[in-house]
Amino acid sequence: MNHKLIELEILRYRPEQDQEPWFQNYQVPCEEDWVVLDALNYVKEHMDSSLSYRWSCHMAVCGSCGMMIDGDPALSCKTFVRDLPERAIRIEPLANFPIERDLVVVMDDFVEKLERVKPYIIREEDKPLGEGEHLQTPAQLAKFKQYTLCINCLCCYSACPQYALIPEFIGPAALALAHRYNQDSRDQGCEAREDVVSANEGIWDCAFADACSLVCPKHVDPASAIQQMKISSTIGWYKNLLGLKRS
Amino acid sequence: MNAKPYKREIPKSTWYLGRRRDILHMLSEISSLFIGIYAIILLWGLTALADGPGAYQLFLQRLTNPLSLGFHWLALAFALYNSISWFNLTPKAMPVQLGENFVPGYLIVAAHYVAWACASLFILFISGVIANG
Repeated sequence: MNHKLIELEILRYRPEQDQEPWFQNYQVPCEEDWVVLDALNYVKEHMDSSLSYRWSCHMAVCGSCGMMIDGDPALSCKTFVRDLPERAIRIEPLANFPIERDLVVVMDDFVEKLERVKPYIIREEDKPLGEGEHLQTPAQLAKFKQYTLCINCLCCYSACPQYALIPEFIGPAALALAHRYNQDSRDQGCEAREDVVSANEGIWDCAFADACSLVCPKHVDPASAIQQMKISSTIGWYKNLLGLKRS
Repeated sequence: MNAKPYKREIPKSTWYLGRRRDILHMLSEISSLFIGIYAIILLWGLTALADGPGAYQLFLQRLTNPLSLGFHWLALAFALYNSISWFNLTPKAMPVQLGENFVPGYLIVAAHYVAWACASLFILFISGVIANG
């Protein structure tokens, strides 16, 4: 197997001894088919066991290994070293989140926001089990299917300029999930989500930079979800004004 | 000892300078400034028109000032950039679903250009009717 020596420039932060983050460089013998996560695992196993980062599946499913690679948020298990420019690879924790340790960020803010949009099916009345399942046509599924592919990797939050500037913004992934359930024919919880979704810090704080959709490793389109919700929220507001909608 | 998460500050006024897509986004946002000023100039023109032929001629004369011409070219460039970048994003804001599939985005973009052309022709037509009394 051919090895190529590459340089990793990794942001380090050890809260018990560092006042602020700093960069540490590592020379790693890299193989042709390695992704950035493989190089990090090499450092951890052979060079510096103190390096901290999250990962689990190594196949772009779990969403754990999102980080900034050469300035852009990406999954380290999906970013091939051979596709990056021939210079030191700069690896930093996801932008817009506090750093817990090295490449590990604190994601409490996202988890709290995700909870607020009620990302689950809400029914006004539960159907008795004896009546069978809730049927759904392929067309009804197609309406929201792409949004079910979100793996909560938070790359979209790191790319979003609005979340960077307005920390209260609910943000792309949580809003895309709200839209996913609002569009689900089995769900009746649109009004229960409206207070959070249609608030200023909900859809209206989005400036449609589209960065979230551009960086999404699963090709989900949160920007589309948010713009669609802006339109339906506006129509709902006018309907309410004209007394066409129950308040 | 500093055993707590580290918060990175972002520069509030220069955050967008490091990345091309952020610069392009800010250019699109800043276009509103030029279009807003252009709208005020149009209102000024309407006021001059209401004040009589003399005031309107003076308004037209002021528009020929090199500074004014430069501004109008710049405003036109920003208006075009904003319109084109917005039209390119319209398939995201209003996807059209037919059965299990979605109408290709380029058709939605094309429909917006057609609507733009129709609206412009309509305004030209109305202007012609008014100009010819």
